[in-house]
Amino acid sequence: MRYAMAIDTAKCVGCGDCVVACQTENNVPHGYCRDWIVENVTGSYPNVQIELRSERCNHCDNAPCVRCCPTGASHIVEGGIVLVTHNECIGCGACIESCPYDARYPHPDGYVDKCTFCKHRVDKGQNPACVDVCPTHCLHFGDLDDPNSDVSKALKNRKWKVLAPEAGTKPQLFFLT
Amino acid sequence: MKEELFVSGRNIPNIDPYLHIWHWQIPLYLYLGGLAAGILFFASYYVIVGKEKQMQTTVKWATIIAPIALILGLGALFWDLKHKLYFWQLYTTVRFTSPMSWGAWTLMAITPMSIIWVASYMREMFPKWDWKFEFLKKFEAWVIKNRVPFAWVMMALSIILGVYTGILLSAFNARPLWNTSILGPLFLTSGFSTGLAAIIWLSKDEHERKALSRIDLIFILVELFLIIHLFMGFLASSEVKAEAASLFLGGEFTVIFWVFVVILGLVFPVILESLELRGYHIPAWLPPFLVLLGGLVLRFVMVEAGQITRFLY
Amino acid sequence: MKTRRQFIKISAAGAGAAAIGLHALDVKGLSILGKDSGYGPASDEELTPYPTYCEVCFWKCAAWAYVDKRGRIRKVIGNEDDPHCNGRLCPRGTGGVGMYYDEDRLKHPLIRETRPDGSPYFRKASWDEALDLMAEKMNKLRMEHGPECLALFSHGTGGKMISHLVKAFGSPNISAPSFAQCRGPREVGFTATFGEDVMSPERTDIRDTKCLVLIGSHIGENMHNGQIQEMSHAIENGATIITVDPRFSTAASHSKYWLPIKPATDIALLLAWIHVIIYENLYDKDYVQKYTYGFEELKEHVKNNTPEWAYGITTIEPEVIRRTAREMAAAAPATLVHPGRHTTWYGDDTQRSRAIAILNAILGSWGRRGGFYNPEKVHLPSYPHPPFPKPKRSWKDAYPPEKYNLVTEVLSTGICDATIPNPDLDCHLRGWIVYGTNLMASLPDQQKTLEAISHLDFLVVIDTMPMDITGYADIVLPECTYLERYDMLRTSPHREPVLALRMPAAKPKYDTKPNWWIAKQLAKRLGLEEYFAWNNIEELLDWQLKKIGSSLEEMKRVGVKKFKREYDDLFFLEGLPDYEFNTNTGKIELYSTSLEYEGHDPLPKYTPHPEPPEGYYRLNYGRAPMHTFSRTTNNHNLYDLMSENSVWINPKVADLWEIKNGQYIWLKNQDGIISSFPVKVRVTERIRWDSVYMVHGFGHTDKKLTRAFGRGASDSELVTKVAIDPVMGGTGMRVNFVTFIKENPRRKREEVES
Repeated sequence: MRYAMAIDTAKCVGCGDCVVACQTENNVPHGYCRDWIVENVTGSYPNVQIELRSERCNHCDNAPCVRCCPTGASHIVEGGIVLVTHNECIGCGACIESCPYDARYPHPDGYVDKCTFCKHRVDKGQNPACVDVCPTHCLHFGDLDDPNSDVSKALKNRKWKVLAPEAGTKPQLFFLT
Repeated sequence: MKEELFVSGRNIPNIDPYLHIWHWQIPLYLYLGGLAAGILFFASYYVIVGKEKQMQTTVKWATIIAPIALILGLGALFWDLKHKLYFWQLYTTVRFTSPMSWGAWTLMAITPMSIIWVASYMREMFPKWDWKFEFLKKFEAWVIKNRVPFAWVMMALSIILGVYTGILLSAFNARPLWNTSILGPLFLTSGFSTGLAAIIWLSKDEHERKALSRIDLIFILVELFLIIHLFMGFLASSEVKAEAASLFLGGEFTVIFWVFVVILGLVFPVILESLELRGYHIPAWLPPFLVLLGGLVLRFVMVEAGQITRFLY
Repeated sequence: MKTRRQFIKISAAGAGAAAIGLHALDVKGLSILGKDSGYGPASDEELTPYPTYCEVCFWKCAAWAYVDKRGRIRKVIGNEDDPHCNGRLCPRGTGGVGMYYDEDRLKHPLIRETRPDGSPYFRKASWDEALDLMAEKMNKLRMEHGPECLALFSHGTGGKMISHLVKAFGSPNISAPSFAQCRGPREVGFTATFGEDVMSPERTDIRDTKCLVLIGSHIGENMHNGQIQEMSHAIENGATIITVDPRFSTAASHSKYWLPIKPATDIALLLAWIHVIIYENLYDKDYVQKYTYGFEELKEHVKNNTPEWAYGITTIEPEVIRRTAREMAAAAPATLVHPGRHTTWYGDDTQRSRAIAILNAILGSWGRRGGFYNPEKVHLPSYPHPPFPKPKRSWKDAYPPEKYNLVTEVLSTGICDATIPNPDLDCHLRGWIVYGTNLMASLPDQQKTLEAISHLDFLVVIDTMPMDITGYADIVLPECTYLERYDMLRTSPHREPVLALRMPAAKPKYDTKPNWWIAKQLAKRLGLEEYFAWNNIEELLDWQLKKIGSSLEEMKRVGVKKFKREYDDLFFLEGLPDYEFNTNTGKIELYSTSLEYEGHDPLPKYTPHPEPPEGYYRLNYGRAPMHTFSRTTNNHNLYDLMSENSVWINPKVADLWEIKNGQYIWLKNQDGIISSFPVKVRVTERIRWDSVYMVHGFGHTDKKLTRAFGRGASDSELVTKVAIDPVMGGTGMRVNFVTFIKENPRRKREEVES
């Protein structure tokens, strides 16, 4: 079982719904966010292109944050979701330094926090909050090992890319182009 | 024109616009760790080769600095933790993939050892010193008897400590500036060099100082060599690395690095120590002071600049 | 008596006391729930859902507000049965909890007083006192001048109750700024053509369209939830999108064709398209023959509007105009030329909407799948009440007779005009009630609004937040947010008739009250109780629901109820049946007889508009998907997404002015008005070199909005020149030009004076 997410950049309008839904679902403190939108503009008027990406922790297969955690608070659970056990985390910040996607942040309560793929929802067979709220249906989630899952179907027919592949982290967030 | 920006208002404190999770505590700790490693290495080395009598300061007096430096460093490290109440979790597990874990355990081993080392010389340095308790006196005798094996262990640990201060940073390959294997040897060399500088400063023995100065000269030259290769490597590498290097070649860290770390911290001491070896009279404190200063600034600059470099955005 | 209208910043003293109460779970800097931020997500099993529908914008998506065991609202999630949102709210709806938790909310009724030295301030008052005072003023007005001298500006669901009261009181002057300032031109334009207007939510079948043409619509940045969902659906099905916009909007980035049109030249492009479609015989001949009137006149009218002619005006290449016209025709009748929503641009907006309507008509999309459908809504009986009194005068008397005959709703700017004393009129409007709209940001020409206000006997503002308009009020009545109250049932027109219930998910915070209670209390004091003969709103809702075969209890369980259509005519012109349109000729009027009768052009003509002078740039404004006008800029959740707007400047222009990305500058318009606050510059290739772009709704001047005060700049204060549409009085606002000021203009003036 390997959970992953596909983001369809042809549909994303950069509205930020995924950001707010995650904040209300997971009680994220103000000023912090577990996911965010990046806009990339290239070209010159009138030959312009933009790409809008909804980004979050990539739950990498070869997660540097898990490797460098001195206490084992950063760990991978079944399905490939990378989590942080709050009362094992000492707040050293090594994992924040090691993430090429800047996906982690120090929570005001002391431990390090990030996107959890809404594990509390996934365990019940639901999608993460961001996926379920997106009005353009551009987020696809599911089990890569299941050919009938939403994410597998999305990846089958489209070209996709990952962010910073040269970092060697084997990220599980795929951007459909 | 290319634009890449956050459009969902992301502005996480200490992460945006530039990463700044580690403040002064970490570079200070790396510096003190390297300094202690250097001092302890040479102390153990001279015990092993039996030159204890000639290198009194190295082996006895300078080593007092080591535990103080290590404890201060550990204090700084503890202060930097954001979830302090759980710091003990560090010592419930050994994680081989995490340099921070090695560091925690190495420090756990070397700090008490350095205290014992100093304690074992207390009566030689302060003749009126008296261990009140019987078991302490027995322990002291045992240590003095097994000084050479003790020294071997400490030498190994001090090398690990010295290299670890560099590998800690190079393990974070998400920061292009740190993503180089030269960082480990560079910090090791720097640590040893600062250790030697501290000993030279303290020593009153002309012979000892000359011997150590010669060694220090070699280490500084090696350090310069590594720095040059560090930058050559960056410039020949991928775009993010070249961008990282540009922080030092025209960017905001140019002056502070080349003036304080290289010129004042490395080149001047080389010149001054060579002159001293040729017989010119140089104020004794000047070269060691410059080396110590250079080492400190090197750590601060590398930690600060490294956090600014990134792969994306 | 101009001093009375001095702006009062709602002081912290009175409002602060109640904030330090048992409800203060909002510790600054932490999560919406405050101190207990250590608690992670609440599992859905521990949450109780309450049905509601969102009030952050007019789309009113039905949703469930989830409340945890301690009574705290945790999140709002869309109701899956609701066709407005299909279970997915937009970012403002999801962030709606922020409105409930906002510590800057209005907390108590406030009454304006004057200190001995003449300076005004607000005093906290009890509801009884405030309502008594309001009723006293309204009664005085009724006796001295007549109830027709009262006006109501209203926006939002709660306005229905207040409108009911005002009608019972005897005034016809009930206006929503969304007509004259927003969708007015298209309603009049489409009604003149098809006999019906576009409605709200728009009756556009984006879901099934094969070709969507967006000319002046930035779907994706204006977050009309249902429309964005349907557009995404259309993209999935391979629909062609053609976007016409001087700016590279988000919609443009998902379009097959982006036409970077020169601003103010849209009618030329539309006429050229009509020309190509007619002269290349691409129009729907059967449809046109059966349903339209005036085709030959239209054909003759566009004879010279060739793509080459349009190229010179719009800078869009003739080949592109032809290619896009052919794409539209190839997809017809499932081609939708979107009517837009905010259509008040340059003053000839009704004519532009007419051109869009004509284009749709010759493509045959009106009444067919992929074009425009025929919506139906639930007809709820009104609770019995005595007939409303007939007013003897109305706001229209401020204008020459017959001037705005085609206007279907009340013009808010007309109310302003009718408030300013005029020697030709024997009376003027003397009392305003403002419900749920920040007039300082919604009406253009702020000076005129302020002048009108200075002539009022009283101004009452009912709102949830201390928006800029509250500073000018005599009485401020704090309403509770939509999450804390019942409201009238939502009966919006859609593909199927659908009903949605709003019930409170929490008790009203502070000393706030719902609109129905305010209306009923006022009615008691005005002797109008018979118009509010129910005891409380639950009784009213249950009565209404039982009459159509449901009940309040059922609605509380399901939140949304769909009904069967009365007539099976969703696409009523499919198959080309006989049909009579609600126009003078009974047909779709390509040539408009009603416009001709009023003395306007029966067919749209292109007229050039003034261009910005040297060193000035056209001020274009628009929306961001995370904010609704100026309403949400203080909402903490949405503020986190976007805390300030920026002014978009083309890189070539930025180079010329030596302005850098991220720099803060002031804007000055052609009338010398300088923005109150500096605005951040975004240097981007997405904007033309002759215009700049800003998101509307920022630059608040009320300090009580602790987050929104002073953030960004207000485009509304720079809209001082207004192009009035002669057909329906719409206020064209895209006719203002701005230049840049790099140093603080106010500091300079201070230096000179000292």
